Amino acid sequence: MIEVDNLTVTYGAFTAVDDVTFTAAAGRVTGFLGPNGAGKSTTMRVMTGLTRASTGHALIDGRRFADLPNPGREVGVLLDASAQHAGRTGREILTIAQRTMRLPSNRVDEMLDLVSLTGAESERRVRNYSLGMRQRLGIATALLGRPQSLILDEPANGLDPAGIRWMRDLLRGFADQGGTVLLSSHLLHEIEAIADDIVVIGNGRIVAQGTKRELLESAGTLVRSTDPVVLTAALRDAGHTAQAAGGTASTDALRTDASTDVVGRVALAAGVALTELRAAEGAGLEEMFLELTAETQREGAAA
Amino acid sequence: MSTTVLPSIEQVPEAPAVVRDARRETIPPITLGTVVGVELRKMFDTRSGFWLMMSIGILSVVATGATILFAPDDALTYGNFAAAIGFPMAVVLPMVAILSITSEWSQRTGLTTFTLVPSRGRVILAKAINALVIGVVSMVIAGVVGALGNVVGTALAGVDTTWDFGVTDFLYVTLGNVLGMAIGFMLGVLIRNSAGAIVGYFVYSLLLPTITSVLAETQQWFRDAQPWVDFNYNANSLFEGGFTGENWAQLALTGSIWLALPLALGLWLVMRSEVK
Repeated sequence: MIEVDNLTVTYGAFTAVDDVTFTAAAGRVTGFLGPNGAGKSTTMRVMTGLTRASTGHALIDGRRFADLPNPGREVGVLLDASAQHAGRTGREILTIAQRTMRLPSNRVDEMLDLVSLTGAESERRVRNYSLGMRQRLGIATALLGRPQSLILDEPANGLDPAGIRWMRDLLRGFADQGGTVLLSSHLLHEIEAIADDIVVIGNGRIVAQGTKRELLESAGTLVRSTDPVVLTAALRDAGHTAQAAGGTASTDALRTDASTDVVGRVALAAGVALTELRAAEGAGLEEMFLELTAETQREGAAA
Repeated sequence: MSTTVLPSIEQVPEAPAVVRDARRETIPPITLGTVVGVELRKMFDTRSGFWLMMSIGILSVVATGATILFAPDDALTYGNFAAAIGFPMAVVLPMVAILSITSEWSQRTGLTTFTLVPSRGRVILAKAINALVIGVVSMVIAGVVGALGNVVGTALAGVDTTWDFGVTDFLYVTLGNVLGMAIGFMLGVLIRNSAGAIVGYFVYSLLLPTITSVLAETQQWFRDAQPWVDFNYNANSLFEGGFTGENWAQLALTGSIWLALPLALGLWLVMRSEVK
């Protein structure tokens, strides 16, 4: 279990992480979602003792990372797959980690098998690795010490679709065996595909968190009609929210917190013909993500 | 947890704290010996690192060969072989010390190193131990190569073999080179960037002594004060040997100002700095 408690990181006047509190539970995959520069990596660096918290703290199974006698055996970490000496071979990088953690040397071959790096590939220097191969090597390093928790920053970066599928299955299996997985991404569909719990961060602050199902439910209903202006007014009169659906290009789409049957009845009463009516799952979470982060995103609310 | 515990966490069966602690006890802790071994391996396991280390032996042989080839017969003494080998040693060894530190930042391997061993002080100490061991071993290698050169060279030239470089001289020169490595180590810890620290080293050990020697030649007051303020002056004097008690005091005093103090500052920064 990973607990982050009232964590704040400031650089002078700039607050990178602002009073962040959440828990990544054992047996579950927790997705840490946010646009670039939202504070995901900084939060993860504090968890792993690389950056000092200004206030608050992060605990791994009840202990500060720096107090773990052999951290690699308790928590697997992958923060940046490219942060390796380009002149070392993949096997050598694993061997260094294996020796540091005081593991038997056959773990290196086991891990190379697990992440599907061939013997020949493992003897190549990392400068000749694709980003996908580096990610596999990084995941191998993280899993080397049979940890109970994983902290992975954008682990799917650079993986091909088959690789992403492979990693998803791997992390799912890890969590199903009781492990804790915390992974970050700025891509919603990636998080949506794998996470049980989602923490959304924007501008250093947590803007939403909960189970995936809860967040999907809160996304409401998507409705298209011939007269969105009248329908908006009708929905609001009935005490529901209604706004133009930002995630879609067309202007006739609305998003509302009313359920589909309520929207149908309201539209009938208002005499507006519907062209589409459905629960806003999937697309809804994306819209929520865009909306939640709109004010903090570089692209602004234009999205 | 004070706030926002995610729902459904309670339903997930979690290993009781007792089981977790029991598992923890079976994990071997990372000892200083482990870190020293790993850090030593890291100095040899890249092509650049490997050849940097090999260059110590290679340059000893090259310098010895050049002495045999080019030095006049009456200059074929152990002292001159030692001087010839000493020059490349004094350049290469500080580079070894610098790069062992700065590559963690310049190559960004520190991200892995310091997540596997969160105690940065222990990593830096392991690197310091390795630098010291490599410095001493290199000097022994250089001494042996020079001795072989002296025997072979004088035999080829048909002159008597002269051993005018004794154990005391060797110890002085070794200490001088170890201090050179310590300067490199200090700059590595302080600057934490390979190019910056190497430039810093040449400014510190080549440019500054040039300036101070000019100053000493032209200014009487500086010539009198130099042994008490100029660390390079004292460190370089080691290569000539014959230190008095006062010389040692001067070395210790200037060393604590120009080496120990900035090293302490560098270590403080390393402990606090963000590893990115």
